[in-house]
Amino acid sequence: MGIEGVGARVARKEDKRFITGAGRYVDDMVVPGMKHAAFVRSPHAHAQIKKIDVKKAQAMPGVIGVLTGKELKADGIGNLICGWMIHSKDGSPMKMGAWSPLAFDRVRYVGDAVVVVVAETKGQARDAAEAVEITYKELKAVVDASKAMDKGAPQIHPEADNNLIFDWDIGNADETAAAFKKAAHVVKMDIINNRLVPNAMEPRAALGHYDKAEDHYTCWTTSQNPHVARLVMSAFYNVAPENKLRVIAPDVGGGFGSKIYIYPEEIVCLWASKKTGVPVKWVADRTESFLTDAHGRDHHTHAEMAFDNDHRILGLKVETKANLGAYMSLFSSATPTYLYATLLSGQYNIPAIHANVKAIYTNTAPVDAYRGAGRPEATFVMERMMETAARQFGVSPAELRRKNFITSFPHQTPVIMCYDAGDYAASLDAAMKASDYAGFAKRKAAAAKKGLLRGIGMSCYIEACGIAPSAAVGSLGAGVGLWESAEVRVNAVGTIEVLTGSHSHGQGHETTFAQLVNERFGVPLDSVSIVHGDTDKVQMGMGTYGSRSGAVGMSAIVKALDKVEAKAKKIAAHLLEADEGDIIIENGALKVAGTDKNVPWFQMALAAYTAHNLPGGMEPGLKETAFYDPSNFTFPAGCYICEVEVDPETGMTEIIQFVAADDFGNIINPMIVEGQVHGGLAQGIGQALLEGAHYDNSGQLLTASYMDYTMPRAGDLPSFKVSTSNTPCPGNPLGIKGCGEAGAIGSPPAVINAITDAIGSNDLAMPASPSTVWAAIRATTKH
Amino acid sequence: MSDVSLMVNGKRVSGAAEDRTLLVHFLRENLGLTGTHVGCDTSQCGACVVHVDGKAVKSCSMLAVQASGSTVVTIEGLANGADLHPVQAAFKEHHGLQCGFCTPGMIMTATDMINRHPEGLDEATVRTELEGNICRCTGYHNIVKAILAASKTMSKGSKGKAKQAA
Repeated sequence: MGIEGVGARVARKEDKRFITGAGRYVDDMVVPGMKHAAFVRSPHAHAQIKKIDVKKAQAMPGVIGVLTGKELKADGIGNLICGWMIHSKDGSPMKMGAWSPLAFDRVRYVGDAVVVVVAETKGQARDAAEAVEITYKELKAVVDASKAMDKGAPQIHPEADNNLIFDWDIGNADETAAAFKKAAHVVKMDIINNRLVPNAMEPRAALGHYDKAEDHYTCWTTSQNPHVARLVMSAFYNVAPENKLRVIAPDVGGGFGSKIYIYPEEIVCLWASKKTGVPVKWVADRTESFLTDAHGRDHHTHAEMAFDNDHRILGLKVETKANLGAYMSLFSSATPTYLYATLLSGQYNIPAIHANVKAIYTNTAPVDAYRGAGRPEATFVMERMMETAARQFGVSPAELRRKNFITSFPHQTPVIMCYDAGDYAASLDAAMKASDYAGFAKRKAAAAKKGLLRGIGMSCYIEACGIAPSAAVGSLGAGVGLWESAEVRVNAVGTIEVLTGSHSHGQGHETTFAQLVNERFGVPLDSVSIVHGDTDKVQMGMGTYGSRSGAVGMSAIVKALDKVEAKAKKIAAHLLEADEGDIIIENGALKVAGTDKNVPWFQMALAAYTAHNLPGGMEPGLKETAFYDPSNFTFPAGCYICEVEVDPETGMTEIIQFVAADDFGNIINPMIVEGQVHGGLAQGIGQALLEGAHYDNSGQLLTASYMDYTMPRAGDLPSFKVSTSNTPCPGNPLGIKGCGEAGAIGSPPAVINAITDAIGSNDLAMPASPSTVWAAIRATTKH
Repeated sequence: MSDVSLMVNGKRVSGAAEDRTLLVHFLRENLGLTGTHVGCDTSQCGACVVHVDGKAVKSCSMLAVQASGSTVVTIEGLANGADLHPVQAAFKEHHGLQCGFCTPGMIMTATDMINRHPEGLDEATVRTELEGNICRCTGYHNIVKAILAASKTMSKGSKGKAKQAA
């Protein structure tokens, strides 16, 4: 490893613009003649639209256009869709209701877009939006997935009887039932995974520009995957053919899943730009983000785990109701199925598993993947169950886990996944050592003297990322392939551009991707530029989510680098009159091994472009493209240990220590990997202690601002103790597993296991706010 | 409409703004200083923090006309030419940013915090004083580290200057 190569702790190239205020986010974009959009949204969770009167609004100062769903439909703009087909266990396809970008007959959640106003200024657009008069007939609403299938619950979409989208299962019910018959112990739990709002700090935004002369559209949007946005808007929403639609995702201020999906607003801005003849920009305010960004989690689960006499797991039964909200978001069906139930084997040898998932419509914001997406829900089930089992059996939680760990690889679970490599005991040992697990009893006694309840909890998570082998996901219902593309352009002066279909919205690709190139060719990081986020520049790509930029995106770059290296060596061998097999690349030059004969990298590049003296038949230039399709998911895993002190008088929890021991395989830049873990932990701890989206029974979101939704702040969190071990992933050329989601996946059960250990009650809902913890303590003590 | 006249990043600027225009919108839209960000509607997130007359202020909590006559420093005016401010340098060195959206506000808050604590800072104080700035990417770990490091650098720097002055 060089000082800028693979494995080096290199400071980020992209930081300069962000720390000097020179970042360029969608809201910073200005196009000549640009005007502003404001959306009129439903104030009701469920209602019929009886009448829309836009006359007053049209007469307001500065108003250019007031447009409705009927006009949008008349122009042939299509409904939003979910791109992953799930079949119910009876073989029937999922029941997808229609989602018009602007509602025209019925609204199904508070925030549903109905009318768009375009005006000279943002203020004028908002003023006019207030003047739009919509007459609604309110209908009964339901917000809770566990009640949405009850008799008398309102019917939300005509396509989905009883609001049931699908009733899907995985695993083997008979084998699992047989395993339970043999059980010496059965542990049962009801578990709720609380609904969260992703809350990327940059609100969603879109700027649509229709160029009449060229009959061409440009969309600047806050997207994690601009090419997917172009594909979907073109192929399904009928906005414009792909060759007439350019999508640009410039600097994007965080995503966490919420910016994967194509939302109504970008479609409407593009359409409205053509309709009004001006470029149209929309930027969400924070309350709009709370109301309309795809939410995460929201599972109600009943789980049962069967053990033998020796505390070995025999089987697992899981029943989950997943709330998908009012409409099916782009990948909403995959999250509670193939990203959730396929991880229900955890790190454990479980001979028989059966899981049943019912996906249900409610009158709430659409729910889709949020950091971890299904895997946090699976981990929460598994790790709460394991901790609870250890408590019921009176055995050490660490030893119960260790006894059941998978130790030989590859390991085929009963729920599709084939784990390729791992060393779960190594992470457990590392975390126990780093947390001084053995010394906990002393610390607990010391806390007790201060009147505080001290608890310790662990979580051994596994996740599947590096998403994903295209043929495999295709066979499971995915509407897209999940490969990645890369193009490496060596310029005539030897500098290099890497064009990637991955998209960085905080992950530091401009640095880590350049480190790969530096490692290979010795070219300084300053001479390597990473180009991403623009469908006119990058040919095609699938974007960034599911910790895929390293395992999939970088693997595509490696493939392209292989091709560049092969051609560069041929050119150098020709120039040096040597055998191409003898050429090595070292210190920025191509050398004949064992001699002092060499040609500097830039000279070789120049030779490729002057083409005065190339090997016979060789095409001029030095530019290569590659597509990489992974052969399997990757399986990061680790052990997290949380130690808390709870004040029994107030129910206030303080995290005293949080230890993370992760196995991410090989690492390109440890500084960036640690940063990803820190951020994930904060989101997971936020879920456990602070965050929760609450709707009242009428469907009003009570937590729709930072005054009401408790975001983790610096004072809520400790500094983290993180470390990594490394069993390289055998499935990709870099041995990378991925690190983007681990923190959010592994941490919630560690926190809840710690608090329940402290208070001596196993029944505790997330978020474990002071009042919830206080009530749980009171419930265990007699007054 | 009102006339707004300000000293921003060392330059005198003026313009007309609607009475309801917030300082943050005046900076972004009238002056093109888009480094100051808007992340919420309730003055909670701190992405819009700038310095007004030497104090950290959420520029969404002040009307542009209220600020008229003031001296304002935004993230674009913090560095001394090509030399990064020590807080900017520390954020880069310690990986105190990821997506970069909260970063300008964080840096302006941190600079003010360090200036108000010439005696130095500890982790608990930094965490408490970051109450008004939300970051969703970093878990604050490296932001806290960066601020503590910058505080040390700046106190060494100011001691050096004091010595020189003496």
